[in-house]
Amino acid sequence: MLNAQLVYEGRVVLDNICLSIAPGERVALVGKSGVGKSTLLAALREQQANSVAWCPQQHGLVPMLSVYHNMYMGSLQHHNTFYNLFNLIKPLARPAREVAALAEQLQLSEFLHARVEQLSGGQIQRVAIGRALYQQQDIFLGDEPVSAVDNYQAQQLLTLMMEKHETLVLALHDVEQALHFCDRIIGLKDSAIVLDAPSSTLNASDLVALYC
Amino acid sequence: MQTVPAKSSYKSSQQTANRIFSVHSTSFYIAVIAGLCLFIADIEIINANPWLELKAMGRGLISPHIVSYAELFNGLANTLSFALQGMAVAVVAGFLLALAYRHWWVRGFCAFIRAIHELFWALIFIQCFGLSPLTGLLAIALPYAGTLAKVYGELFEEAPPQPRANLHHSKSLSTFFYTTLPLAWPALSHYTRYRFECALRSTVVLGFVGLPTLGFYLETALSEGLYREAAGLLYVLLLVIVSQRWWLRKTLLPVYLLIALVCLPPSASFSWQTMVQFFTEDIIPQPVRRASGDGIGSWLVFMWQQQLWPGLCNTLVLSQIALFFTALLALLAFPFSSLLFVNPLMKGANAGLLVIARTLPEYLLAFVALLLWGPSMLPAIVALALHNGAIISHLMAGFSEQIALRRDASKGVNRYAYEVLPRMYRQFLAILFYRWEVILRESAILGILGIATLGFYIDSAFEEFRFDRAALLILASALLNMAVDTVARYLRRRLHLVTTADIR
Repeated sequence: MLNAQLVYEGRVVLDNICLSIAPGERVALVGKSGVGKSTLLAALREQQANSVAWCPQQHGLVPMLSVYHNMYMGSLQHHNTFYNLFNLIKPLARPAREVAALAEQLQLSEFLHARVEQLSGGQIQRVAIGRALYQQQDIFLGDEPVSAVDNYQAQQLLTLMMEKHETLVLALHDVEQALHFCDRIIGLKDSAIVLDAPSSTLNASDLVALYC
Repeated sequence: MQTVPAKSSYKSSQQTANRIFSVHSTSFYIAVIAGLCLFIADIEIINANPWLELKAMGRGLISPHIVSYAELFNGLANTLSFALQGMAVAVVAGFLLALAYRHWWVRGFCAFIRAIHELFWALIFIQCFGLSPLTGLLAIALPYAGTLAKVYGELFEEAPPQPRANLHHSKSLSTFFYTTLPLAWPALSHYTRYRFECALRSTVVLGFVGLPTLGFYLETALSEGLYREAAGLLYVLLLVIVSQRWWLRKTLLPVYLLIALVCLPPSASFSWQTMVQFFTEDIIPQPVRRASGDGIGSWLVFMWQQQLWPGLCNTLVLSQIALFFTALLALLAFPFSSLLFVNPLMKGANAGLLVIARTLPEYLLAFVALLLWGPSMLPAIVALALHNGAIISHLMAGFSEQIALRRDASKGVNRYAYEVLPRMYRQFLAILFYRWEVILRESAILGILGIATLGFYIDSAFEEFRFDRAALLILASALLNMAVDTVARYLRRRLHLVTTADIR
């Protein structure tokens, strides 16, 4: 990304951004809320929309469908329309097995056939992660993917994302999580990138400046 | 209706436009136009002694009587079967059309087939298929497919876009079935259920032009003055429509449909020759049919002066007056069935009255009023205002109860004028504009009863087997409907009207 100007609802959020992310990197975006993390992620997604697993802050799940169907939605493009339609009426064996296994890892097994509108905030977030994981891509873009779950569970979920993807870009508000799970930290402030360093060279107090 | 004094500070043309199209002045113009129309409308009472007739009807209503259960069963079976089969075809066709609703030609096609009233479609199909089940099915299916396509299409457009946008290949059919369709489903099934109720009413009305539904027996009984028999049929009709929510179950639908298809298959004895002749010869203007084509000019002039112009004027006049009284009735009646104004007992009683008025089709109400007062616009105005006013009242009463009033909010008329109506007025206008198109369609149709709107000339043309005239007149009524639909949509957008109340 070269000299990009990123605009959100008519307002320039990030200006003159130059950024390149290599395969295999695990990047954390940190900064105050409203600084443009989501806008940057959306712009990154634009670049290769069909080859990233996408886990946005606005989950965009379909409330009246089951957890199973919402997670299956991640891989609609891998199958033909009739296959998908049939699966909508009656879950097919292979995706049912795969999604059930994924739900097990996300601790959603008991809700697999519940409608998403019946779930709590943390459960809904895990369904959104599940849908993104089931997209089965190499790159994972996550916008505050674990903001609604407790720290212990967040660690498990982040571990899962790391296992399943080679390259990740995550917007995270928990500085400790960012330093622990990612190997590159990008700090945003005043519509610019003010920090871009390996996490091994940073500690939590270095990042405090971003929030003042 | 209220008006606002024009403010002198308006400067730019944009602001002038805003002033012309303000909510208040729109209401004002509706009233003024209706007032002007009342001057030219023919609304006298022709019947010498309407009270005598009314007494006879009253007596009939309190002592209903069923003469022949075979007749009743036959009428009921036909009504339900036509409505079920017609709706089944309309739902499938409407859904498929809705999938392609972004193409302008699909939207235009849908607008055209729904702009022609089901009774006019019935009159057309009777020429091809006689008084057969196929005619009943097609007359319902065609206009309803157009309406359903429009509503489904709009619901799909309004479904939240995020779930779709988050997926790969967000425009594929699979994505549609996993995101847009389930998101639109609750509104979609709710509306389809409502349309089924409309289809029941429409099939009853088809009886008035001869198809063997309940309406056929009702018309016979009413015109012969057999009010006890008519009342019996009327109560059955009310019962069937009101109890719909209990017997119309998703799981039972296939069973009903199967029974309908087996017992009353959509058959008709017809010859291709007659049909081809109807569509390629009979509906072509007579002068054009003669090879020379002479006289098409004078034919058109004759049609315009003698039929089209008076028909169009009367249809518009009737619909504008009816629109105003619909609005008035709705505004006056809704507080009486809202818990914000009356106690539950009073609400129940009034809601019951509204149910009756909105369950009975306008056509039937107009037919009864015509027996009372003789052929003028009065019966039509009363029927249209009662039916549509009751529908809007019912919706408004429901919405008003969602308003969370402060604990110290005023009571009675003050509450109505200061707290409730201001919050709901835009929504009220939005619903009223939706009904405008319906009122206009029905205004044209009520001509069949002898009021000189377009329907009168269309019906006469069919009776005289002058199908070329009928075709031209039906086309004119369709164009009029499409024009009003466009104006109403423009006004709704211009005034930023939405059907959700401001319940804060």
